[in-house]
Amino acid sequence: MEQLLFLLEQVVNGLVLGGYYLLIALGLSLIFSVGGVVNLAHGAFYALGAYASLEIAKYLGFGPAVALSPVAVGLLGILFERFFLRRFYTADPILGLLVTFGLAMIAEQAIRMIWGAAPLPASMPQALKGSVFLGDFIFSRYRLLLLAIVAVVLAGVWLLLNKTSFGRVVRAGIQRPDMVAALGIRLQPYMTTIVVLGVAMAALGGALFAPIALVYPAMGAEIITVAFVVVVIGGLGSFWGVVLSALLVGVVRGVTINFVPAAGEASIYVLMFLVLLFRPRGLLGERIEKFE
Amino acid sequence: MSNDQQDRKTAPQSTGRRKVLQAGAAGALALGFPAIVRAQSDKIKIGHLTPLTGFLGALGGWAVQGIRMAEEEINAAGGIMGRQIELISEDSVNPTTAATKAQRMYEQERVALLLGEINSASAKTIMQVAARNKRFFLSTGARSDVLRGANCNRFTFHMDIPVTVMVNAEGQGLLRDNLVKGRKVFYLTSDYLFGHDLAKAAKHFMAEHGATTVGDELCATDVTDFSPYLLKIRQAKPTLVATNLGGNQVTNFVKQYAEFGLPYAVAGFNLNTADAWAAGPGNLSGIWPTVWHQDIDTPGTKAFVAAFRKKYGKTPENHAWIEYVSLKVLAQAMNEIKSTDNGKLIAHLEKQPQFDLLKTRKGYFRSWDHQMQQEAYTFTVKPAGTYKEAWDFLQFSAAIPRPDQPLELLAPTRAQSECKM
Repeated sequence: MEQLLFLLEQVVNGLVLGGYYLLIALGLSLIFSVGGVVNLAHGAFYALGAYASLEIAKYLGFGPAVALSPVAVGLLGILFERFFLRRFYTADPILGLLVTFGLAMIAEQAIRMIWGAAPLPASMPQALKGSVFLGDFIFSRYRLLLLAIVAVVLAGVWLLLNKTSFGRVVRAGIQRPDMVAALGIRLQPYMTTIVVLGVAMAALGGALFAPIALVYPAMGAEIITVAFVVVVIGGLGSFWGVVLSALLVGVVRGVTINFVPAAGEASIYVLMFLVLLFRPRGLLGERIEKFE
Repeated sequence: MSNDQQDRKTAPQSTGRRKVLQAGAAGALALGFPAIVRAQSDKIKIGHLTPLTGFLGALGGWAVQGIRMAEEEINAAGGIMGRQIELISEDSVNPTTAATKAQRMYEQERVALLLGEINSASAKTIMQVAARNKRFFLSTGARSDVLRGANCNRFTFHMDIPVTVMVNAEGQGLLRDNLVKGRKVFYLTSDYLFGHDLAKAAKHFMAEHGATTVGDELCATDVTDFSPYLLKIRQAKPTLVATNLGGNQVTNFVKQYAEFGLPYAVAGFNLNTADAWAAGPGNLSGIWPTVWHQDIDTPGTKAFVAAFRKKYGKTPENHAWIEYVSLKVLAQAMNEIKSTDNGKLIAHLEKQPQFDLLKTRKGYFRSWDHQMQQEAYTFTVKPAGTYKEAWDFLQFSAAIPRPDQPLELLAPTRAQSECKM
């Protein structure tokens, strides 16, 4: 009985962790949906979000830093879309991969030059530390707050895509860009907005994780691997696929650690392997034709 | 050189008057002041390898700053036997690249000797290159026991304290704070050579002093989220959490431990000052071991810290210190024997001459395993509000062993060591 409770605790903790992955993976998936580019520079925006939040926190404190850092990095996203990504929407996917991979390396070195190679200290306000107990389950107070923020962002993005005229154009543009153009609608501003949204979500992730993870130049490269795994398992470009996959990855990792702690990190790659073996387009993926 | 100038002089019209004049002037200088030219090539080259990328890259950055400062000071003081030194420092990247670069430095760059490393695996491959070439290597920052144990060789000396000494120093701190006897311990260990080494020594020490084990788990070196492990720890209800984690993993762990606010005492057998600083005040707790710290009350440490702050605008970390003293020690030894001959240098160091390490007691390389014998320390965290600067929140202990105890107290004895040269 007690063992079962421990397992359940790991499952619930895994769901919370899934929220953590979701913030990064969803943006990656969105950018792929609109442009067909797998943005390997996504981790760099996550890192920049963390560093920007530390800079802003020096002057305005923790809360404003978390709110403003995604805005600042999102503005950078405009330049990123305008000068780089835009050229690769219709190009061979390998070119998009190469250019974003290169940008990720440039960003990492730039961070190293500006802030140094050593990790920077980052703390959350004292009030957010500690645990909350629900029955016998322990939750980090901070992670619950994080989960709430992720839920709000998720709902916001879903509403934007499904319940607004903006979202209708974007969805139409994803499926039939030629028809949208024929109707006299310029897709460009919509694409830019979606990229900025994805980039800002990555930066928000960085700002939120700074107090509980390591803030150092390679942090972006670290997160992009997991985010990519989540997107691949869920199905490239699928909204609910990414949500499902992020939660699944969190739970599988938690449950594995409950039984075989040393295999925790390996478990998510085994999961990806199995999913790709039996369902190459991912759990809810629809369009793999981009890669065919 | 002269060929080059010859080419320039006879270059076609487009070369231009100014360039020809410059080349001519340079040629004249080379002819006119041969002594200077010879002095240039007369420098003593010293090879230095340390990781500047990857999970130890940040620590390597400190090491380079420390050794560059030593180079400047040695040259300003007249060099070695009156000759200036030229330090060739490179990123060692990984064990394979480290070995390739070591071979190139010995063979093509013709360095007098080689020093460096933090990564135990890279140090191991460089040690093999040194032995093959019968050349001198000083391993500065690698801590794995096997390097000075089963894998020891005549051509390598070791500056940093090995794992066993870290555990024993940490153990003294734990005994002092009554955190061993009767404690129920949960061990969390990084799943690689250094972590396993650390765990083995730690469990041995704790068992010997009356602690029991309630949990013993491994985690991969790329774990960044420790929450499932924190749940495991809570399930086991330990009275002490002992970590054997490597590199910047410790920082992640202590940040998340503070986030969850678990009530059990924390200790760890490895934490570098830079990683403690990165955790930040308010996140770090527990007792940790270290080889050097900036608050040691000796004129040497005070002067070093002041000079480092002046040059780089920040407080030196233990890797900056170790690279700095390592080069100083080698310079002193070569000045003493008036030679850069590697065989003579090894023979000299094996006579156990004493070296100032900026600590209270001087250190020496033990003749039979080439391990530097020196004082170690532990640190805890100062209470909030008792420090001003972010780097100043660590409270360091007095030197271990105590002044009345032998310096080799913490090191493995000859009977315990597997080193056979």
